[in-house]
Amino acid sequence: MSQLKDHAELAEAFNKDELRVDWHDETLWFVRQKRDIAAQSISQWEELRNAASMIKDNVLSNLHTYLTAFEKQALSNGIKVHWASDAKEHNEIVRGILKSRQVDKVVKSKSMLTEECHLNEYLSTHGIEVIDSDLGELIVQLAKEPPSHIVLPCIHKKKEEIGELFHAHLGVEKGTTDPQILTEAARIHLRETFLTRRAALTGVNFAIAETGEFVICTNEGNADMGAHLADVHIASMGIEKLLPERKHLGVFLRLLARSATGQPITTYSSHFKTPRPGQEMHIVIVDNGRSKQLGRDDFRNSLKCIRCGACMNTCPVYRRSGGHSYHYAISGPIGAILAPNLDMKKNADLPFASTLCGSCSNVCPVKINIHEQLYQWRQVIVKEGYAKLGKTLGMKLMALTLSEPKVYRAAGKAGRWVLNHIPFAVNNKLNPWYKQREMPQAPGESFGEWYKKNRKS
Amino acid sequence: MTSRDKILKAVAENQPVRTPLHQIPDFSVEGDLISSFITVAEKIGSRVFRLTDLNEVEPLVLDQFPLSRRTLSLIPEISRFYSADMISGESLHAFENVNVAVIKGHFGVAENSAVWITEDLTGQRVMPFIAEHLVIVINITDIVGTMHDAYQKISGDQYGYGVFIAGPSKTADIEQSLVLGAHGPRSLTLLLLDR
Repeated sequence: MSQLKDHAELAEAFNKDELRVDWHDETLWFVRQKRDIAAQSISQWEELRNAASMIKDNVLSNLHTYLTAFEKQALSNGIKVHWASDAKEHNEIVRGILKSRQVDKVVKSKSMLTEECHLNEYLSTHGIEVIDSDLGELIVQLAKEPPSHIVLPCIHKKKEEIGELFHAHLGVEKGTTDPQILTEAARIHLRETFLTRRAALTGVNFAIAETGEFVICTNEGNADMGAHLADVHIASMGIEKLLPERKHLGVFLRLLARSATGQPITTYSSHFKTPRPGQEMHIVIVDNGRSKQLGRDDFRNSLKCIRCGACMNTCPVYRRSGGHSYHYAISGPIGAILAPNLDMKKNADLPFASTLCGSCSNVCPVKINIHEQLYQWRQVIVKEGYAKLGKTLGMKLMALTLSEPKVYRAAGKAGRWVLNHIPFAVNNKLNPWYKQREMPQAPGESFGEWYKKNRKS
Repeated sequence: MTSRDKILKAVAENQPVRTPLHQIPDFSVEGDLISSFITVAEKIGSRVFRLTDLNEVEPLVLDQFPLSRRTLSLIPEISRFYSADMISGESLHAFENVNVAVIKGHFGVAENSAVWITEDLTGQRVMPFIAEHLVIVINITDIVGTMHDAYQKISGDQYGYGVFIAGPSKTADIEQSLVLGAHGPRSLTLLLLDR
């Protein structure tokens, strides 16, 4: 996918197939509804969200202590700890470990951090084959696409397309569309992979400063199958994944799956504290811009994110534009407030991909003020000069129109006249507001004109 | 400066004024924990049986999995399937063909039907994942209300590996259609012992 196209252009491509957009929209709304039922089943849901948010406040304000405590405990548990300032260093560390063990084939469970670092591409250019073991990740990997959603990586794909991919790559019969049969094919294919890979890569959902253990949540059991069968387990985590004590997991595990898919908990919540006898366990702790975000008062809260995806499922823009239109590893509202921190120029369009309706903030299990941050990023981006020229000029024109009553009245009159007398002047492709919309019928007069007339009579 | 020191320095400089650690409020729940546990378990695809004691486990496993070619257990009372191999197995790959694994669980959680398991109960860590079908035995008195109660129970425990298991392995990655039996067990059977 071209990185030169912005969100609006990529969304336009997605919007060409209207039936698919409707289907995508409805599927994600269905997940959002399951989340609502799960959340409403807990009477103290709001207190739980509040507790999670406040625990994370403490984590972010005391991160230095928690990181060093975690490192100390993990080392004493027999885990090797590595630190990476950026994506490049993370990838080099992983490759270095694999190289020293002469491993050229690895199995990987879902990790958005490794997506952020483009680890798969890096390893493959160095002759190391990565097989993704999460079913959705495997599907997008076979399709040579990035995931379009952090929890549901192939939510944009129809079962017919998945059948085609599995026919081409896994040898299933042509025309297979039954999810049961397709999943079974992946199970058989990956079982062989699990049994033959000597190294497993995983992400980390939570890391505990008190004990040095880390927790991985999956429904498929793929992280465990990979890690428990491999001689080397490498887990990659961002510096913000820490929790102070084991008991805090109680709060976060109650929130995570309910917010993500509406399940009461993921099938597996696995706590890795020591390597198993004879196994090597590594943790790579990654910064990659997070310490910088920690210093931004307005955007720090984004580091509370536990990657549940609830903000995407509820977002009217995400549901109708698709995850790939965000051109960043993490799509949707949360991605749009994380991405500009890493590259403001390249991601300047993302905070504008929102109606600022606030639904994302309302469902966020750790109460990140996502829609406010989207608005605040817009201020920063325009001020720093990264906004598109058209948008900047448009905003200036709007500011002039709204601040001068004469200009405002003249513009309103002109707009109404155009819509009523020569609608073809705006109902065409040159007008961005006409895309995917009908222009409205304009009234004959403005409220101001109506009021003047009616007050006199 | 090493990356470690660079990261820690940046974190120390950029972290805001320290806020106190929030005390987890009292989230305790009232009600019939056993029936909540069973309701949630069945809803997420587990099968639940109530048994009098351990003597009833073996016949039930035989009855439920008549076609199993390899059933393993680490519970001595289930003598027919008891296998020390589960601990000492030289190659983990030797477990690839296990049809049914029968293990004990420490306790269950009513709000989500998860059962807490540590590696001393499974022999090899991979056992509850590689087996085609998993059977977990817990005492019916060992059911707590919420995850907060669960962590209170295990807060000081020493383990190398522990896992909450709730239901059979599953995926809904293809058009949100639920399929049981992704990479781990195709079924989870929970046996609740009255004593």
